[in-house]
Amino acid sequence: MAADTVRGARKAGRYTLLVVLAFIVVFPIYAVVMQAFKTGPGSLDHPRSLLPVDLTLSTVKAAWTQGNLGRLLLNSMFVSLMVTVGVVITSLLAAYAFAFLQFPFKGPMFIAFLATMLVPAEVTVVINERTADSLGWINSFQGLIVPSLASTFGVFLVRQVFLQLPGELREAAALDGVGHLRFLWEVAAPLSRPTLGALGLFTFLGTWNAYLWPSQVIRGDRAHETIQIGLEHLKNNDISKINLVTGGLVVAALPIFIMLVLFQRQLVRGLTAGAVKG
Amino acid sequence: MILLGPSGCGKSTLLRTVAGLEDPTAGDVFIGDRRVNDVQPKERDIAMVFQSYALYPHKTVAANIEFPLKVRGVGKSQRAEEARNAAALLGLEPQLKRKPGQLSGGQRQRVALARAIVRKPSVFLMDEPLSNLDAKLRGDTRAELVDLHRRIDSTFIYVTHDQVEAMTMGTRVAVLNFGKLQQVGTPQDVYDRPATAFVAQFIGTPPMNLLPAGMLGSDSVQVGIRPEHLKLAPGGELHAVVRQVEHLGHEVLLTADANGTRLVSRLEPSAFIPEVGDPVAFDADPGRRHHFDATTGERVP
Repeated sequence: MAADTVRGARKAGRYTLLVVLAFIVVFPIYAVVMQAFKTGPGSLDHPRSLLPVDLTLSTVKAAWTQGNLGRLLLNSMFVSLMVTVGVVITSLLAAYAFAFLQFPFKGPMFIAFLATMLVPAEVTVVINERTADSLGWINSFQGLIVPSLASTFGVFLVRQVFLQLPGELREAAALDGVGHLRFLWEVAAPLSRPTLGALGLFTFLGTWNAYLWPSQVIRGDRAHETIQIGLEHLKNNDISKINLVTGGLVVAALPIFIMLVLFQRQLVRGLTAGAVKG
Repeated sequence: MILLGPSGCGKSTLLRTVAGLEDPTAGDVFIGDRRVNDVQPKERDIAMVFQSYALYPHKTVAANIEFPLKVRGVGKSQRAEEARNAAALLGLEPQLKRKPGQLSGGQRQRVALARAIVRKPSVFLMDEPLSNLDAKLRGDTRAELVDLHRRIDSTFIYVTHDQVEAMTMGTRVAVLNFGKLQQVGTPQDVYDRPATAFVAQFIGTPPMNLLPAGMLGSDSVQVGIRPEHLKLAPGGELHAVVRQVEHLGHEVLLTADANGTRLVSRLEPSAFIPEVGDPVAFDADPGRRHHFDATTGERVP
């Protein structure tokens, strides 16, 4: 009886904590969404209520036209898709080499490779920007895409999955005359699909939300801007139009939100891949 | 041909060398009359069945069986037909559309076999293919493999540590220990005339009794006597005390201690059976005794 009470109290405490944490995470998002949908551009009422009443699409519409958000979304979509596909392909190839091929200095090379994860992106951004400049890639899609095409984390992740594949699979394939590329394409990659899905999703999210590098490589060329840096143009000196930015934020976050809902299961499966081998 | 030996004796390595998965450090590998040391595995005209079967888990049974043909560029309809034939040979037709994960161990094993069969190799290599099956299934599959060997006219090289498999399936048996070939011969030959003390003790259940040098006859030879040849004889030369009596129904195993040497005798259930603690005397027909050099372990005629 007493034990039950203690357990119940503990459970209640745990849930209370979770509710508070959830509130802390969700509230700012809720506030932004309400700000975006409640008031028309140029209207300010104090104190603002956050209750979902008198909703209007006018702010989002104004943000869409004034910010040229359609174009920005397309740019972001294009860049993110290209980077995602590229990262999955380069990760597969490099992971295959590290997992299945024998070559001199393989171990040290892999460690050196992993060590690059320790270097924060901020350290390399200046030199990368100079390289992009010398290649004439400022204000271009290749400037946005190419530097992100290889991911250490991706190589590491896929290599771990490859290492878990039974070595006899590779040997059986070798006896059947299967070459490396064919084995990668027909056996190793399909067997790593959950992980590849998760890697793809992470990469897409990361690229979509990237700010630092796009802000360096795109300098005012509105044709190549991604949505994250393009939102800048919605900033306004007129304090009464501040909610235009919130409208833009909602538009920028929507595709990501949809993707997360659609691929949530894939994501969880990828993260727990190997943990629960069937 | 069966490669038989305890774990770690090098039988799998030998098989993998034949397959080309490992390179020999010395010596030549011949398949038929062809030296294949420098021939890629895929060009050796061999197929291998792995202990773990190594099926592609994301492909259906049909796709698994077809895969070697697909790699060789065989057309789709021919591929499907040959896969069907191989599946039919092994009774796998109902499973063709399933994935390996939905099959039982025995069925997976047959898929691995079918995948080897479609290639029509001149040599089949099998690395302990039955070791992951339960006892009953192992017995059935053993018979199936023997039957298969009769129907398709290819060489089988079969690795096992199970002497029962070796005895029942082999045309010839090669016994290995510590990377050294001990003896090659027909199963009966290896059983009747073991070339070394190791072979003598490795083949046969319970193993052959091996008497230390000097216990029976000369000081320089060990004498081996199979349990079925060790008879109770009141005037026998070997005196021992009964330690254990095991009634197995069709036979009785009598374990006795002769001055620290363990002796096992196989008796008819209808014979007189002494009890634990009884002193007994054994004898064996001189023609049924095996002699091995006390130091090298090799057979002395």
